Amino acid sequence: MKRLLLERAGWGLLTLVAISALLFAATNLLPGDVAEALLGQQATPEALHNIRAALGLDQPAWLRYLHWLGGAVHGDFGTSLASGRPVAAQLLPRLGNTLLLAFLAAMISVPLAVGLGVLSAIREGGVLDRLVSVLSLVTISVPEFFVGYILVAVFAVQLGWLPSIALITGGMSFAQRLGAIALPVATLVIVVLAHMLRMTRASLLAVMSAPFIEMAFLKGLSRSTVVVRHALPNAAAPIVAVVALNLGYLIVGVVVIEAVFVYPGAGQLMVDAVSKRDLPLIQACGLVFAATYVVLNTLADMLVIYTNPRLRHAR
Amino acid sequence: MTSGRPPALTLGAVAAVSLIVLAVLMAPWIAPYAEQDFTGGVWEPISAAHWLGTDNLGRDLFARLVYGGRNTIGVAIVTTAVAVFLGGALGLTAANAGGWIDNVMSRCIDVLLSVPVLISALMVLSVLGSSVPVLMGTIGVLEAARVYVVARSVARNVAVQDFVAVARLRGEGPIWVVFREILPNVLPPLMAETGLRFCFILLFIASLGFLGLGIQPPAADWGSMVRENAQAIYFARYAPLYPAAAIAMLTLGINLSVDWLLGHSNGR
Repeated sequence: MKRLLLERAGWGLLTLVAISALLFAATNLLPGDVAEALLGQQATPEALHNIRAALGLDQPAWLRYLHWLGGAVHGDFGTSLASGRPVAAQLLPRLGNTLLLAFLAAMISVPLAVGLGVLSAIREGGVLDRLVSVLSLVTISVPEFFVGYILVAVFAVQLGWLPSIALITGGMSFAQRLGAIALPVATLVIVVLAHMLRMTRASLLAVMSAPFIEMAFLKGLSRSTVVVRHALPNAAAPIVAVVALNLGYLIVGVVVIEAVFVYPGAGQLMVDAVSKRDLPLIQACGLVFAATYVVLNTLADMLVIYTNPRLRHAR
Repeated sequence: MTSGRPPALTLGAVAAVSLIVLAVLMAPWIAPYAEQDFTGGVWEPISAAHWLGTDNLGRDLFARLVYGGRNTIGVAIVTTAVAVFLGGALGLTAANAGGWIDNVMSRCIDVLLSVPVLISALMVLSVLGSSVPVLMGTIGVLEAARVYVVARSVARNVAVQDFVAVARLRGEGPIWVVFREILPNVLPPLMAETGLRFCFILLFIASLGFLGLGIQPPAADWGSMVRENAQAIYFARYAPLYPAAAIAMLTLGINLSVDWLLGHSNGR
């Protein structure tokens, strides 16, 4: 099993390197470079040459890639073209805001999804089960901003309970911050809940047809005991996998939801950087988002290997 | 294999999808104004002159909605075609070839799949700029990776069957085997995948539009319409909810229909 775990971790690392190379290539080898983006209309050949020399753009691509990756590992992502400030100093506080949002949403949605999934598996075909299955199909199908604006329309505009814009300022207490981000967190929870719930229910029901479950029923155990004590441990692996996948999805879903609530997070920063074509900032944001996603997926796969008793002993 | 009438929910879903498609196709005949005509004040409420009110520049929202549907759905259809043909062809090729070719292709796709699509798309758009052909190409390639996975896994089960081996022994080339032996047997799951993929792509294009990086103004598009009218919601005008609801109705309708079709083709 140790070998399998190491193999998976190694593959994750390799993926990260491949992604960083792809990222770098995509933003560097395509037509148009930072020098042209900087100069815009005033690009004369001499000016372009000077800027390229100053930024080290005249060096071969692989050398620039190694330089960039080396800096990135140390937390140095270069200087933003639009603001002239170091990218890391801009990105870090934004990243903190985004992680707060994603963390709160995960803390609420994961227990809720697994709990409701177990409940609807226990009462398969019941009122709750059918309600949950229709509602989850609805939330999977609709765009995130639709959910976000409906919540704004109801809770911020009609009822006036919560602010419609998630403004975070330095002087706010923790409770004030929670109030400010209640609506974006709620939107994120709704968006990721359904998928996790459906998969939890499906994994449980898939186990329910196994012979040992029938045995448990024949022993005279109640359905809820069978589901919780006998089916749930055996369905743990796929549930863990789908939870991790959705945590990764939180990182992406957050980009759109930050835009709905004008929330100062890393997603907004990246979108702004894309519309300003601020390449160093885009590279840094892209790398951070992609790395978070890859690390989560790798951890999920490793957990699946770890929780599978059949893989516990070396073959 | 279809037994009995589909349930009311499925019928409703099919009706909703047909209604939207019909409205969008007949846009020039049912829209009361042109796509970019300034016909009233800013964010006017619903009235006889403006069935859904007006938008942030005083353009008729209903007219924008039906014309915007043309752009959004049209781009989504072309992109879906790119994704399904590219991903399907590569997936079937990999499944048929097997061995190291399959291994190399699948590993490359794994890398592509390990980055969230939205992040990849933002990177590409930042370099190439946002235009309709770039959108179609970028999203088409990114979503093709997802189609590849499905196409390869269903085709692998077919590729090992006796009639495929017979065709190979008969001396048929790989192109014949892929298109005449494997493809007909993987068509039903690929059709279902096409429907689901279309929903994802539509949501994706709408999200990019909403972020200001999709189909560019002044052309109407459901995603950018939400963005343009977002401020209206603070004045209790629901202008951004109409295009969002149109997207939701369409994707939910397609999802429900595909769900029912899948349930039936499995004989459940």
